[in-house]
Amino acid sequence: MDNKNYKAWLYLLPAILFLGIFLVYPLIDVFVYSFEEGYNSASQTYFGVGLYNYSYVLHDPYFLQALKNTLILVIITVPISTGLALLISVGLSSIKPLRDLFQTVYFLPYVTNTLAVGLVFMILFKKTAYSDGLVNLLIGFFGGSSVDFIDGPYWAKMFVLCFYTVWVVMPFKILILTSALASVKQDYYNAARVDGTSKLRIFTKITLPMISPTVFYLVITGFIGAFKAYSDVVALFGTDLNAAGMNTIVGYIYDMLYGNSGGYPSYASAAAILLFAIVLTITCINLTVSKKHVHY
Amino acid sequence: MKVVLQNLTKKFPGPKKTDAEVVAVHDFTFEIPDGELIGLLGPSGCGKSTALNLISGLLKPTSGRIFFGEDDVTDLPPENRGVGLVFQNYALYPHLTVKQNIIFPLQNRKGKDKLSKEEMSEKANAIAKLVQIDGLMDRKPSELSGGQQQRVAIARALVKMPRVLLLDEPLSNLDARLRLRTREEIKRIQQETGITTIFVTHDQEEAMSISDKIVVMKAGVIQQVGKPQDVYDDPVNLFVAKFLGTPPINVFLGRVQGGKLYIGEDAILDAAGVSDREVYVGIRPEGFVLREDGPLCCTLDRLEVMGRDISVVSSNPHCQAPTVRSIISAENRVDLASGTVRFAVKPNKVFIFDQENEKRIRFSAGDTCHG
Repeated sequence: MDNKNYKAWLYLLPAILFLGIFLVYPLIDVFVYSFEEGYNSASQTYFGVGLYNYSYVLHDPYFLQALKNTLILVIITVPISTGLALLISVGLSSIKPLRDLFQTVYFLPYVTNTLAVGLVFMILFKKTAYSDGLVNLLIGFFGGSSVDFIDGPYWAKMFVLCFYTVWVVMPFKILILTSALASVKQDYYNAARVDGTSKLRIFTKITLPMISPTVFYLVITGFIGAFKAYSDVVALFGTDLNAAGMNTIVGYIYDMLYGNSGGYPSYASAAAILLFAIVLTITCINLTVSKKHVHY
Repeated sequence: MKVVLQNLTKKFPGPKKTDAEVVAVHDFTFEIPDGELIGLLGPSGCGKSTALNLISGLLKPTSGRIFFGEDDVTDLPPENRGVGLVFQNYALYPHLTVKQNIIFPLQNRKGKDKLSKEEMSEKANAIAKLVQIDGLMDRKPSELSGGQQQRVAIARALVKMPRVLLLDEPLSNLDARLRLRTREEIKRIQQETGITTIFVTHDQEEAMSISDKIVVMKAGVIQQVGKPQDVYDDPVNLFVAKFLGTPPINVFLGRVQGGKLYIGEDAILDAAGVSDREVYVGIRPEGFVLREDGPLCCTLDRLEVMGRDISVVSSNPHCQAPTVRSIISAENRVDLASGTVRFAVKPNKVFIFDQENEKRIRFSAGDTCHG
């Protein structure tokens, strides 16, 4: 028995070493930095230990703006993208002709580079000296006044960001959900049909519970992904996100490390720990809620 | 509720566009009297499940009509036909408890048929009692044994008091002991409720033991319909004769010559009124009588003693199978040392079939060899 145990640890050793050095140690390090005031990575010095970094970050208007942006992004995009993906996958699995074509079309954004997609959105939404952008042309066509989506009011920028995020995360969700839907046995539907179950009731009482583990997985990863949004924002609004008022928490962390106002690893660490705490809390809430509604 | 099938045909398109259509059910016509239990019997792929799905409405027939009583239900969707269907793998909703599963069909009702919670609960409890699962109402299907799941599936099909109950291979997922018990249960439940029941099986023993009538199918075509014993005693063709009975019937190559039936050089029976020709001779295992001067001579391989009777395993060069299996009473004494065994045959257990179309040739038989 002891011998077996020793062997098991031996087999686990490479993974433990690797994860320990490159994942666990840095995590602990970040945690430590977040309490060290004025840490300097070049000279490896700091003034003192305390909660000052947290206090600074929490009072920094840029951080609060980033927090607000991130929360809005999360709250709007996760339900919308999951719901839309569910609708589209149900639609996809109930049609026969052209299903493969549609599946490919819906999956294309997933294999497209974020920055390239950002460029496309710029063309759709950005006002330039030459053009108002395609969307503004449409708004104008229907008699509305044009809006500057990229450099204009906050709500317009947020709309573009949410729209973009939903569009980018959907393909993966559709892919996963279509395969989950396909794995529900036809017999269940036949049984429900023979018993005269309405389409809506079949969906809510049979389909949804059957694919609930997948939906739950998508919601959790969706939340985490949205909290970690950064590259999408850069693709749309450029690198000076604080000026645009569209920074996210990850963007704030990056700026604190390397941006124009950067060079503050302590503040960045504190912000990273705060983000970690938020994601952990949300995930725990998700897990608790899911116990009642997810059927494995 | 009487069920009538009229010229029912179902064709499926071939796997490729250029392939011929597959006829799963060909020109079915038969009537199921009210309150009877009918077994649709045939080898796998013979179209019996398709036939069941046509009756349930999950499939639309290519042509032909289906009547429940006087109602033509051919064009009705399954939910308006009033059928209860039990699936081969039960298809119980895994996320619902037993009770929720049973109530599910009742909750679908709308308008004036809508039931209150108490009424639904009452009906579910009554039906659960009938199938004897009333102690398991709060369990999930995954916490039940195969036999219990089967009962829940039957309860769910019965709770809405269907006009017709359809069972698709209801026993195939159960072990041998449970299968015996459950088939008696199905018979009991069917008799207590009096609901016309059709069940599909490939197991002839299962079909024979509980059906009021069996329908033997082959490649989408009905071969024979009748009471199990009648079909067994009087098969219309070689397929039906071979399909029914355990151990299976022994088939020999034989011929009719001069009004006598020969297997090899042994004239085993008189076959009056049959013109000379080559035939298949089918002899049921219980159709052999051990007799020292019997006309049919076989090489004795071994004996299998089963208490009540003895199974004599022998071989004959003209038999289609490598062994001839005959069942005789245990009171007989078989001399193993001689190496051969001689049989006389019971004329009503011997069937002859045309070698070309495998149809039964009827003859008036007499025993040629009186000792």
